[in-house]
Amino acid sequence: MTEELDLAGQDSDAGSEEVVLTPAELIERLEQEENLKRARKEDLKISIHRMEMERIRYVLSSYLRCRLTKIEKFFPHVLEKEKTRPEGEPSSLSPEEFAFAKEYMAHIETYLKNVALKHMPPNLQKVDLQRAVPKPDLDSYVFLRVKERQENILVEPEADEQKDYVIDLEEGSQHLIRYRTIAPLVASGAVQLI
Amino acid sequence: MFCEKAMELVRELHRTPEGHLPAFNEDGIRQVLEEMKALYEQNQSDVNDAKSGGRGDLIPTIKFRHCSLLRNRRCTVAYLYDRLLRIRALRWEYGSVLPSALRFHMSTEEMEWFNQYKKSLATYMRSLGGAEGLDITQDMKPPKSLYIEVRCLKDYGEFEVDDGTSILLKKNSQHFLPRWKCEQLIRQGVLEHVLS
Repeated sequence: MTEELDLAGQDSDAGSEEVVLTPAELIERLEQEENLKRARKEDLKISIHRMEMERIRYVLSSYLRCRLTKIEKFFPHVLEKEKTRPEGEPSSLSPEEFAFAKEYMAHIETYLKNVALKHMPPNLQKVDLQRAVPKPDLDSYVFLRVKERQENILVEPEADEQKDYVIDLEEGSQHLIRYRTIAPLVASGAVQLI
Repeated sequence: MFCEKAMELVRELHRTPEGHLPAFNEDGIRQVLEEMKALYEQNQSDVNDAKSGGRGDLIPTIKFRHCSLLRNRRCTVAYLYDRLLRIRALRWEYGSVLPSALRFHMSTEEMEWFNQYKKSLATYMRSLGGAEGLDITQDMKPPKSLYIEVRCLKDYGEFEVDDGTSILLKKNSQHFLPRWKCEQLIRQGVLEHVLS
């Protein structure tokens, strides 16, 4: 079970995140297993179960923490992306994460307004957080492992002198590549970030 | 030169290592806001002269003052935002109750923001999974073993263990306790992990 959670892409520096419904189910499973406490304490099986539970709890917490950190770090962009999400496309955020993000933004805006902005000249009181807060760098490099063979991936040039070229991604191979190039493949599960 | 005070605010935080929160520089903020007010008023009067009095030569000065205003605003917002980030980190490091030394360094509004953040976080954590949610501020490190040996560094009092029994945490007493229950107390400095 710990492997299922590992796959959730804890690594990438970009903002795109997927909603994985599994955490809720896994947490419920975690709590069901808590009921095993009622069995005899001396039972070795219980200890092993507990260790597994602790590991699950760690991986789960770590994953959720990572998501929350990214939401907080890029909050205006995460919310903007959600606002402009086309009809039918699934959200990157769980409803609770979305609520958290909105509250986070509202609290920061209110704070800045009350402590500083409202005391400033009238034409300077509005700060555009979209521009002020750095965006996730989608051009940063990430490590990945290929799960499903991909053909003809277009790699765009970074510098003007370079030209774009096409690569194939063999199943099982590992690469260091710009996130932007393979972003849709992460979403579809064709590659796994490591 | 303009924006000196604003730069000082930024430098103050730049020098402060991560995890530390210096006292809120209320005076500094006030001075920056005053400078901004003065610059704005000078600009307003010059803009009038430039428009109606034909004083086109004032325009470079007006532009310069406007740049200074923008710079002052940017430095102020950076100062305030960076402090909020440090305060946010305190929730994750120390838990819901902050050491009083740190609380003295926070302004009233910062304290209010902290309380709002705590509440948002708690609501989110409670929503995770089934009944009571999941406290993701725990389990910061991968578990190595179920139980760990800890020594008590200060008198803490009663501490309840899984099966309901209470342990008295007195200074220098040693206990063999479940790892996950001790995590927060270790971070707060009440317990110390004894590595044999």
